[in-house]
Amino acid sequence: MAEHRLEATVNGREVTAMVEPRLTLADFLREKLRLTGTHLGCEHGVCGACTVLVDGAAIRSCLAFAIQMQGCSITTVEGLTPDSGELTDVQAAFRAEHGLQCGFCTPGFVVSATALLAERPDLTAAEVREGLSGNLCRCTGYQGIVRAVQSVIRSRQAASSGQQAEAGAAQAAGTTQEAEAGAARAAGVAGS
Amino acid sequence: MTAEGLLVKAAPFEYHAPETLDEALALLAEFGDEAKVLAGGQSLVPILALRLSRFEHLIDLNRIPALRYVAAADGVTRVGAMTIQAAIGRSEEVRRRVPLLADATARIGHFQIRNRGTIGGSVSHADPAAEYPAVAVTLDAEIDLASVRGTRTVSAADFFTGPLMTTAEPDEILTEIRFGNHVQGSAIAEMARRHGDFALAGAACAVELDAAERVRTLRLGLFGVGSAPVRARAAERAASGVAAGDLDPVAVGQAAVAGLSCVSDVHADAGYRQRVAGHLAGQVVARALQEARHG
Repeated sequence: MAEHRLEATVNGREVTAMVEPRLTLADFLREKLRLTGTHLGCEHGVCGACTVLVDGAAIRSCLAFAIQMQGCSITTVEGLTPDSGELTDVQAAFRAEHGLQCGFCTPGFVVSATALLAERPDLTAAEVREGLSGNLCRCTGYQGIVRAVQSVIRSRQAASSGQQAEAGAAQAAGTTQEAEAGAARAAGVAGS
Repeated sequence: MTAEGLLVKAAPFEYHAPETLDEALALLAEFGDEAKVLAGGQSLVPILALRLSRFEHLIDLNRIPALRYVAAADGVTRVGAMTIQAAIGRSEEVRRRVPLLADATARIGHFQIRNRGTIGGSVSHADPAAEYPAVAVTLDAEIDLASVRGTRTVSAADFFTGPLMTTAEPDEILTEIRFGNHVQGSAIAEMARRHGDFALAGAACAVELDAAERVRTLRLGLFGVGSAPVRARAAERAASGVAAGDLDPVAVGQAAVAGLSCVSDVHADAGYRQRVAGHLAGQVVARALQEARHG
């Protein structure tokens, strides 16, 4: 079967490769690019170990073909960490809170948690658990993982509350604009 | 393995990524049942990887932006087939006009699945335990099927014929699903062993009351119990015209599963499914009525 030319960005680098269409994104990352931080557990979408970001959204890399990533920007667990080699706050929290034992599931958890927190910085405890429910761990019992994510939420909130005091006036203006936009949307629905 | 020795799972196929619906329909007409349409791939990719099925050609719809939309007008909400579940979950229009669809979305798999899975893919796949087919049947949604021969509309009630089986022809692509407004009261509930798993049994309900708080329509759908989502028509008819305050949701739930023939499998036997479905049906009727009466 014909190979196709794939052009994508992986962890900030332009990648061009010839791929068979049946090669999954996960196998492409691991076998072709040797980015073996993305792990493969169940390979049918249940365990979450292969979670990566595609254009910022967390997906299962075992449930997409590499060729479908034409023009996309992919971030694996290797790409989350700054070049300096330091850990991200999510990774550091996993270490501090004993969020891993054998570590097999950890890349998937870290990528999923990173995406969750980017989308919703104010998750409740129940939402953290629901958000992590798409990743399976066979050894930690999850408590440490949940604690790690909650500690990131707390430390980010503490960091931003300091900045908020300064940005108070600007934020008030933003809220007014949002309210007006909301009213306009409501009027649009009522009128249609 | 590939020629260069890479591990692969699926059998080989030719890949097509059309950028318009017309191109996709022409490809499908050309290859017929040797081709399969790829939407979000959250069911199809594992089916291919496990070699439960194989196709000579895969026609990927992900490069057709015209199939991704939520459009609301004149009491109808139109959802393009390739709209991802996450977008439906975030849609203000859906939340306001078809809240049952929004509530159902949160129950589909996990957020990583919803970032790629689509409404058209879910409905076309027709898993008997899936949420979107159940919502489509419960709300009498309309489904558009396109082919090079033209476009036809089928009601959700006529679309699902069995497990993973629909009335779509091999050369047809599901392009749009339409929902009426269902804003008074609705609810969905399901029982699964773990959060995000397919339901062992589930129920969905939407009610509309008249000015005197009598039931104008009560729609009650059950899923995960048989070979396709079903409506509890007899229970619906019995509830019609009854004052909302006089309706006993538990009795409606029991009526909904009376005589229902459920499936037995490794996950649950038929009797268990029937009892759970009856219980959940009572729950969703109670919640939908409560919402319709008190907001």
